[in-house]
Amino acid sequence: MKTPIYLDSHATTRVDPRVLDAMLPYFTEYFGNSASRNHEFGWAAEQGVEKARKQIADLIGASAREIIFTSGATESDNLAIKGVAEMYAEKGNHIITAATEHKAVLDTCKKLEKNGYRVTYLPVQGDGLVDLDMLKEAITDKTILVTIMYANNEIGVIQPVAEIGKICRERGVLFHTDGVQAVGKVPIDVNKDNIDIMSITAHKLYGPKGVGALYVRRKGPRVQLTAQMDGGGHERGMRSGTLNVPGIVGLGEACAICQGDMPEESKRLRALRDRLKTKLEDGLDEIYLNGSWEHRLPHSLNISFAYVEGESLLMGINDVAVSSGSACTSATLEPSYVLKALGLGDDIAHSSIRFGIGRFNTEEEIDYVADKLIHVVRKLRELSPLYEMAKEGIDLSKVSWVNH
Amino acid sequence: MAYSDKVLDHYNNPRNVGSFDKSASDVGTGMVGAPECGDVMKLQIKVNDASGIIEDAKFKTFGCGSAIASSSLATEWLKGKTVDEALQIKNTDIVNELALPPVKIHCSVLAEDAIKAAISDYRNKQASKTPVAQPAEHAVA
Repeated sequence: MKTPIYLDSHATTRVDPRVLDAMLPYFTEYFGNSASRNHEFGWAAEQGVEKARKQIADLIGASAREIIFTSGATESDNLAIKGVAEMYAEKGNHIITAATEHKAVLDTCKKLEKNGYRVTYLPVQGDGLVDLDMLKEAITDKTILVTIMYANNEIGVIQPVAEIGKICRERGVLFHTDGVQAVGKVPIDVNKDNIDIMSITAHKLYGPKGVGALYVRRKGPRVQLTAQMDGGGHERGMRSGTLNVPGIVGLGEACAICQGDMPEESKRLRALRDRLKTKLEDGLDEIYLNGSWEHRLPHSLNISFAYVEGESLLMGINDVAVSSGSACTSATLEPSYVLKALGLGDDIAHSSIRFGIGRFNTEEEIDYVADKLIHVVRKLRELSPLYEMAKEGIDLSKVSWVNH
Repeated sequence: MAYSDKVLDHYNNPRNVGSFDKSASDVGTGMVGAPECGDVMKLQIKVNDASGIIEDAKFKTFGCGSAIASSSLATEWLKGKTVDEALQIKNTDIVNELALPPVKIHCSVLAEDAIKAAISDYRNKQASKTPVAQPAEHAVA
């Protein structure tokens, strides 16, 4: 077993060697511009791009013509939300999203608010799921878009996307979902799930960084977007710019592999994830699962280790790559807004660790991580005045702390 | 984030972890910080009443590695000092010794606050048990 061990699959994933193999010829041999329609170099590049478009579409039950290539999910989210806002401005100015969305969605919405749009940020329930009745009530005749992610990047919770999409369809509102964490991990069908627009990125599904896609429905309803980048009119006029051909080929191949391997892979990752959870629960008291257990990505686990601060925990497992919701690990010095949206106290948010198990993790690695974590948490609890107080029967929520 | 060797050393081998009986008259306890801020430090000193020298010090800290290291270092420095000398320990001394980056300076401030709080607790206890210093004691009772 080699260290460090990578358990941060929500952040990014290693490029699958099969994906890299598919990409390589497009750097040197088929280096043409896919927009060059008049020679073989262009045709070869275009062929690679169109194959990828089909591979992506197949994974999500779409048609190839509904796939737009972008530089990644942040661009896809921006294009989807701003593109709808601009295109449908005459119809209305109201957008609905959720408090636990990725910053690429939240900050895009905030930007639109400055430009006169109205945005509703739905709270989530304790398990991380949006309340469908609240969504229904939030929709007005001015609502043009609902944007709610498929699965959350911090807690792995899967939203009731098909139901959300159905509500939107009934009310004539477009539905965009940030599918970054879910595409390739769980079965997605844009028709069954009533999705109109969906953001995808390659590097979360064992493809390269810097390339993504946007699914844009063509019929029932036909979605139109105002381009956010002006230029040569590529991608049906929605996204100008020379296509990143090797990246796109990689994204396509990554999708095809995910589609083929998904039944077996999700079973394997789920077993590893459950093994990790069981071992931690057997070895430690007072650990808490964050987010719904039932509605969750198979490879995802987010746990709070009460009375232990996240950064000090990460320091103790420095040969394991995971993320923490602790303020100390963020640039803002604020604990995770996602965990806070679940109604968790800041102290529990500070104590959280996110595990993202991936294609290349082994059972041996999971056992190593579990044993190491148990050891470090026990050690840090020995050091923790909070654990001592809790064991003495003191209710920590009733202590008046000397703030600094 | 990269940690200095000294922070790593204190994190891996924290000095003087533990607790004294906080009701003992020769013990001063300082508890600063708050769980929602991500750090709570408990620092205790045991003082020789006759000499005024801090004979022992212990800590427990909930917080990042720098917070643990700051309080661990503080207990090392406190031992053998008089209470007055201990009050001279400044957070900047801790920053320099541990090579803390700017974002972690608050950990050292917390440690200085914990020292001051422990000394203040000790002094309050001493003041309340010295009858000569409290001529109005009976009147209050």
